[in-house]
Amino acid sequence: MEGPGNKDVIERAKNDGRELTKEEKQRLRKEKKQQKKGKEKKDDKASQDGEKREKKPVSSASPAPQPATQPPTQKAPPAVPALVPVPASETPPPGDKPAKSKAELKAERRARQEAERASKQGKKGDVGGQQVAAGKPKAPPSELQPVVKRLPEYMQADNPEVLKKLAKKLERQQIPLRSDYGYKVSLFSHLHQYSRKAPLTQQLSIPSTVIHPAIVRLGLQYSQGIVAGSNARSVALLHAFKQVIRDYTTPPNEELSRDLVNKLKPYISFLNQCRPLSASMGNAIKYIKKEISNIPSQCKEEEAKSKLLTCIECYINEKIILAAKAIAKSSIEKISDGDVILVYGCSSLVNHILCEAFEKNRKFRVIVVDSRPRLEGREALRRLVQRGISCTYVLISAVSYILPEVSKVFLGAHALLANGYVMSRVGTSQIALVAKAFNVPVLVCCETYKFCERVQTDSFVSNELDDPDDLIVTRKGKTQLEHWQDVCLLGLLNLVYDVTPPDFVDLVITDLGMIPCTSVPVVLRVKNVDQ
Amino acid sequence: MELQAVLMAAGGGSRMTDLTYNTPKAMLPVGNKPLMWYPLNLLERVGFEEVIVITTREVHKMMSSDSKIKLDVKMKLDVVCIQEDGDMGTADALRHIQERIKTDILVVSCDLITDVALHEVVDLFRAYNATLAMLMSKAHEFTETVPGQKGKKKTAEQRDFVGVDQSGKRLLFMANEADLEDGLSIRKSIVRKHPRMHIKTGLVDAHLYCLKKAVVDFLVDNKSISSIRGELVPYLVRKQFSKTTNSQKIKDDAEDQNQKKNDGPTNHELLISSRDEPLLQLAQERSCWNDHRGDMSEAYHGGKLRCYVHIMDEGPCYRVNTICREANFSKCYRYGIGVRLDTDGSDIGYYYYHYYYYYYYYYYYYNYSSLRRRFINYRDE
Repeated sequence: MEGPGNKDVIERAKNDGRELTKEEKQRLRKEKKQQKKGKEKKDDKASQDGEKREKKPVSSASPAPQPATQPPTQKAPPAVPALVPVPASETPPPGDKPAKSKAELKAERRARQEAERASKQGKKGDVGGQQVAAGKPKAPPSELQPVVKRLPEYMQADNPEVLKKLAKKLERQQIPLRSDYGYKVSLFSHLHQYSRKAPLTQQLSIPSTVIHPAIVRLGLQYSQGIVAGSNARSVALLHAFKQVIRDYTTPPNEELSRDLVNKLKPYISFLNQCRPLSASMGNAIKYIKKEISNIPSQCKEEEAKSKLLTCIECYINEKIILAAKAIAKSSIEKISDGDVILVYGCSSLVNHILCEAFEKNRKFRVIVVDSRPRLEGREALRRLVQRGISCTYVLISAVSYILPEVSKVFLGAHALLANGYVMSRVGTSQIALVAKAFNVPVLVCCETYKFCERVQTDSFVSNELDDPDDLIVTRKGKTQLEHWQDVCLLGLLNLVYDVTPPDFVDLVITDLGMIPCTSVPVVLRVKNVDQ
Repeated sequence: MELQAVLMAAGGGSRMTDLTYNTPKAMLPVGNKPLMWYPLNLLERVGFEEVIVITTREVHKMMSSDSKIKLDVKMKLDVVCIQEDGDMGTADALRHIQERIKTDILVVSCDLITDVALHEVVDLFRAYNATLAMLMSKAHEFTETVPGQKGKKKTAEQRDFVGVDQSGKRLLFMANEADLEDGLSIRKSIVRKHPRMHIKTGLVDAHLYCLKKAVVDFLVDNKSISSIRGELVPYLVRKQFSKTTNSQKIKDDAEDQNQKKNDGPTNHELLISSRDEPLLQLAQERSCWNDHRGDMSEAYHGGKLRCYVHIMDEGPCYRVNTICREANFSKCYRYGIGVRLDTDGSDIGYYYYHYYYYYYYYYYYYNYSSLRRRFINYRDE
C-alpha cells in the first residue's frame, strides 16, 4: 500500500520536474500516520468514503470533483501539517491502464488530500468557499499553501504559523524557545538568527533535569563555537549520546527500542535550537535511531546498552578515523614534490592530509586563505606550522593575486549534496570559481558519511545565519558598527555556508575512492542498498 | 543529576560577634527574613530541588521553628549537623558529607545576598569543562560607618589579588596580600602562556563555587586542606600551570618554600579522566577552536585543570560578614519597598538598642534614599 502510494507521488513530482527526497517521502508517510491517529470516527468515515470514492474514479479517467464535495458534509481528519503538498497537476496520466489498484489508491490519496485541505479551510471558517475552492483542484494555492512541497521548519522563520507550531512542539518537550535577534536581511529572513550572548541555558533550570546534562553541555559548546567543524560536532554528539545511553534506564512497561528513541527526540530539538544540525550530525542521528530500533525486544537492558555503545564506537572508528586515513592515502598520490597547495579555512580533514603527506616526505608548501569574521585560517596555520610545513597566509580578497602561484586547491566540505553541489564554509565557492578561471585543479575531500540527500542549487534557500555582532570590529578604539541596531534598514549578514557547483570541482576524494562530483547520487544509492 | 547544591551555614560570624553572640549568624534577621533565606531563595529560583545544608544543631532547631524557611522554601533541605567548636573548615565539612555527594557540586555560603544570573557561572563550568568556576563581584563602596568603630575601612592586608586573562574569564592567579610578603611573584610558565594578565584588587569573592566531583574525592585523600577559600581555591589555581608529572621540582617556580608541601599530593586525582576521554580529545582536536592565539599550543595549552571566574559588573552581590555590612543591609531592607517598619524595626531595633546603637536609626534615615536605589530589586513579601 505504501509503495504504490509513493510511486504516485513520485509520478506527480516528476511531472512537476522536481526530485523527491527521502525526507519528503518519510514526511508523506508520517502524514498518513497522523491521519490514522486522528479521531477514529472521522477516520472510519473517511476511509469508508474513500472506499466508496475509489470505485468511482476507476471508471473515469479524469478526477471527479465529487470527492471534493463530500468533505464539507463530513468532519475531515484533524490536525494535519500546515503545508499540504498541493498536487499541481491534478490529471492522472490518461493512459492509466496498468493496475486498477494503482488508480484506486491514487484516487484514495487524492481524496484524502482534498479532505485535508477542505478541513483546513473549514477550520479557517471558510465553509462557504470550501466547495468552490475544493471544486477547482487546479486552483492557485492560497497564501498558506505554497506551491512548494513541505519545507523543514528551520527554513521558515518568517512564517508565523510554523513558528507557533514549533513553539507548541518545544513546549511539549519542555525545551525553551530561542528568540531571534536583530534585523534580518530580507533575502534571508526565512532563517533563524540568534545571538551568542543569549544562550539557551538561561531559560533552563540549572541542575537540568529535563535534558541530560551532557546534552546541555554540548548545546552550550555548539552555541559558543567551542566545538565547531563538521567532524568535531559529530564526534562530540556521539560522545554525548554515549553518556545518555549509559545513564538511561528503561521505565517499566516500555521497550528500550522505542522509548530510547523518544527520549532522544527532545535532545535533538534542543541541540537544533542551540545550533542548526549539520548534515553529518543528521546522518549520525539517523544511524543511531536505526540501531536502537533494531534492538530485539527480548534483549536485556545491559546487553542492549553495551551493544549500542559499541555500535557508536564502530561508527566513529569507521566513518571518521579510518575514512580519514583512507582519504589521506589517496590524496598523497595527488600531491607531488614542489607543489603549492591552497587551502581555505580550517578543515580537519585537509589538515590531516597535509600533515600525513608531510610525514611521508613530500616537498610542498601551503597557502592558507582566511576570511572574516571567523578567521579560522589562523588555527589551520598554527597546526600546519607546528608540524614544520612552510605556509603563507592571505585573506580571501587576495586570492586572485596569489592564485598564479598555486598548483592545486584542496577544499574541505561540510556536506555533499545529491546533485553534486558541495556545501562548505562561505567563501569556498569563490575560491573554486577563481581557481577554475586560472585552470587550477580543485580537489574536495569529504568522508561518505557527510553525503546528504538534499538538493540545493543556491546558497539562499537553506543556510545558517550566525550572530551578526561578530561582524563588529574595534580598530584604534573605534567601533563603527556598535549601534547598528539603531539604524533602521541596516542589517548585518553573517552567513555560514555556501554551495559550490560541480563544474568547479574536479575531483572528490572520499574513503570509497576518487570520484567525480556527479557520482555522489551513485554513492548514496549504494549506501542505501547496503543499509 | 548535574549539580548538587551545598549551603555552608555553620559559620561563626567571627567578625560580627556583637551581633552573633545571641543568634547564630545564619539566622540573623536581614529585613524580615533570616540570612539563610537569601541563598536558599537564589537556588530555588534557579531551579534546584534539593540542597544539602551544613549547619549546627542550634541553627537546625531555629530553622525548623522559623516560619519563613518552613513556608517559603519549597526545596528539600537535607540538613547535616556538625559540631560548633569552630575547628571545622569548609573543606573539612565537604569531607564530612563526602558520601552524599554523587556529582559535581555548587557550594554557597549562607551569608551571600545576590541576584546574579547563576547560569553565567555554571555555563563557564559546563562549556569549558572546568574544574572550578567561581563568582566574584566588583566591590561596592559603603558610605556608612559603624558606630563603635572609628571609621575603619577595609585594611590593606585584606586585599585579594586576582589575576584573570584577557577575556576576563580564566582565573590565572589568586593570592591574598597577607601571603605576599616580598611582593607579587608570578610564574614564568603562566606569563608564557598568558602574556596579558589583568590583576584586580577591588573584587569581592562571593564564596560561590562550582567544583567537580573529582575535587571532593581529592579532598578526601588530602586531609591537610581545611578551608575552600583559603587553601583549596589557591591550590587549584596554582595547579593549573604546574607540570602534570609527579615531580615537584619546577625550575622556574618562584613560589616560597612552604608552598611545596601543599604541592606534595600528586595531582593526578584532579586530572579528571572521564570515560571516553579519547573521544573528547578527538572532538577537541578536530574542532577549529582555540581559546587563545599567538603561540603554537593547542586549546587550553593542553592543560586539563582549568579554573574560571565570572565577574559581576553590576547588580547586588553582598557578603554579610562584618557589622558594617550587616548594618547597611538591614537598613535597606527595612526601608525597602513595602516593608512595615514597626514589625521589623522592633526586631533590629532591639539589637541596636541593646548595644546602645539606637541612635543609628536616625543617622540612617537621612541616607536611606541613596541606598534604596541599589536595592530596588528586592521586595519583601
